[in-house]
Amino acid sequence: MLSEAERQAIAEERERWADPRAAGVEALKAVQEHQGWVSDEALAEAAEVLGMPVAELDGVATFYNLIFRKPVGRHVILVCDSVSCWLVGQEPLYAALQQRLGIAPGQTTEDGRFTLLPVCCLGRCERAPALLIDGEPVGDVSPERLDDLLERYP
Amino acid sequence: METPLTANIRPDGRLDRAGYEATGGYGALRKVLADMAPGEVTQMVKDSGLRGRGGAGFSTGMKWGFIPLDDERPTCIVANADEMEPGTFKDRILLEGDPHQMVEAMAVSGYAIQARYAFIFLREEYRPAARALERAIGEAYEAGYLGEDILGSGYHLDLQLHTSAGRYICGEETALLSALEGHRPLPRAKPPFPQQSGLWGRPTVVNNVETLCNVPHIVNHGAAWFQGLSRTEDAGTKLYGASGKVNRPGAWELPMGTTAREVVEEHAGGMRAGHRLRGMLPGGASTPFLTDEHLDLPLDFGHVAEAGSRLGTGAIVALDERTCPVGMLANLERFFARESCGWCTPCRDGLPWTERILRAIDRGEGREGDLDNLALHCRHLGPGRTFCAHAPGAVGPLESGLKHFREDFERHIRERRCPWE
Ligand code: SF4
Ligand code: FES
Repeated sequence: MLSEAERQAIAEERERWADPRAAGVEALKAVQEHQGWVSDEALAEAAEVLGMPVAELDGVATFYNLIFRKPVGRHVILVCDSVSCWLVGQEPLYAALQQRLGIAPGQTTEDGRFTLLPVCCLGRCERAPALLIDGEPVGDVSPERLDDLLERYP
Repeated sequence: METPLTANIRPDGRLDRAGYEATGGYGALRKVLADMAPGEVTQMVKDSGLRGRGGAGFSTGMKWGFIPLDDERPTCIVANADEMEPGTFKDRILLEGDPHQMVEAMAVSGYAIQARYAFIFLREEYRPAARALERAIGEAYEAGYLGEDILGSGYHLDLQLHTSAGRYICGEETALLSALEGHRPLPRAKPPFPQQSGLWGRPTVVNNVETLCNVPHIVNHGAAWFQGLSRTEDAGTKLYGASGKVNRPGAWELPMGTTAREVVEEHAGGMRAGHRLRGMLPGGASTPFLTDEHLDLPLDFGHVAEAGSRLGTGAIVALDERTCPVGMLANLERFFARESCGWCTPCRDGLPWTERILRAIDRGEGREGDLDNLALHCRHLGPGRTFCAHAPGAVGPLESGLKHFREDFERHIRERRCPWE
């Protein structure tokens, strides 16, 4: 179920565009901002607000890396695994993260605190290895820095 | 040395509108609105020799010239700010550091093609840039640099920011248009070219961020000045980057034609202690490898092409002699396999195969015939075999890697292990 605030956000996005369909990605992101992910029900309702077929909005939603169609934890850690990060130690970092959180890529910790996902180049290659935590960039990450870093996300 | 694109970027924070105006900002917009016909602006950009900085290197003025100026349909201009080529982060620096430069660039370029609507297509991961642009766009509307009847000239332009949701293919010109219209972002067939029928069927120009940011400066200082910024035939400055095991990874605005050696050794501070540069992708993940023999190559469109690669985005990714080239290629092909839009079979099915074979070789499970198989994939995914340039871009590094690092591949297969582990 979409809340009033979400409906409002989608309606506002819709207003910005001559064709309501063009607000699709923004609508999905608005839902995700409120609920953390995009459920089937929320997607269907968003499609209705935009006046487009559910299957088409789903086709858009499933295409993008950053629209989550499954529940995620309170904090989403996206780990860049592209070439510049790989060259300076992304693999050991990723292994350390998995070990520290006790989960495999794509999973969420049991306490619902973290979800871990690999992602393509974040455009922060000069601060490699780079992460994106809750949408904000974190650079120069090393296995040694992990404990301090994770503490900041209760 | 002049650095027009980055001159206003301050470590102590970005310029607001007043600060930007104090450095002469919006002067180019005032100039074109008061003194220049749209065609004159396009001609000037053509004369300047400006070529696209997003990877393809097409003449910007020529691209604009395909826009029908007497058309009834409203024309659109789009800044491609979906920077997702691994190794590349130059546009982020321009957007975060000087957002008004981007806004003015959109207005001046929009005027040249008589655009009614302008869009900045920004990747979601660039949130600080989104915040900077939102603010700059608001300030520009308030000052009358955007909207109806800009500065009383009778020219109207509306500018909107669209933030995407992460997918490399959105950087492809026609996929970007599909995405902006709200469709699943698949590339479209050309022709018709976007200049004839682009966004919602309207004449549309899509340009890279760095490309557009050059335009106000060309208008201010002229085509000859722009040519003079360069050391070689390709005009202007270029934002070069370096990443990998260099001492100071980063990006710098330098004369077009600066050599790879200068970028890596002077600006990036050389390779980290104990490392030697062995190979490099000169312009991001989709550009074929060059080797240490090419360090003195001037990095411009012509010279890099002659050496068998592409200038791409000018972002050097450095491979050192202690890193396994097979592992690096497996990493690159995973990226391309994952980011294929899946529309056409050779790309969707072929790229995962290349990754699988490379992984097997890297693990020491390579077989006789694997290298021929990889070479076959390079042919089947090469230019002209797939719907868009994603697949040819993906096999560029692979094909060149097989050539330059042949011995490394053979050792993996012969010794049944990765010699770097
Ligand atoms: S080449 Fe790849 S990315 Fe391009 S249209 Fe075909 S499947 Fe999609
Ligand atoms: S390769 Fe990791 S941020 Fe670019």
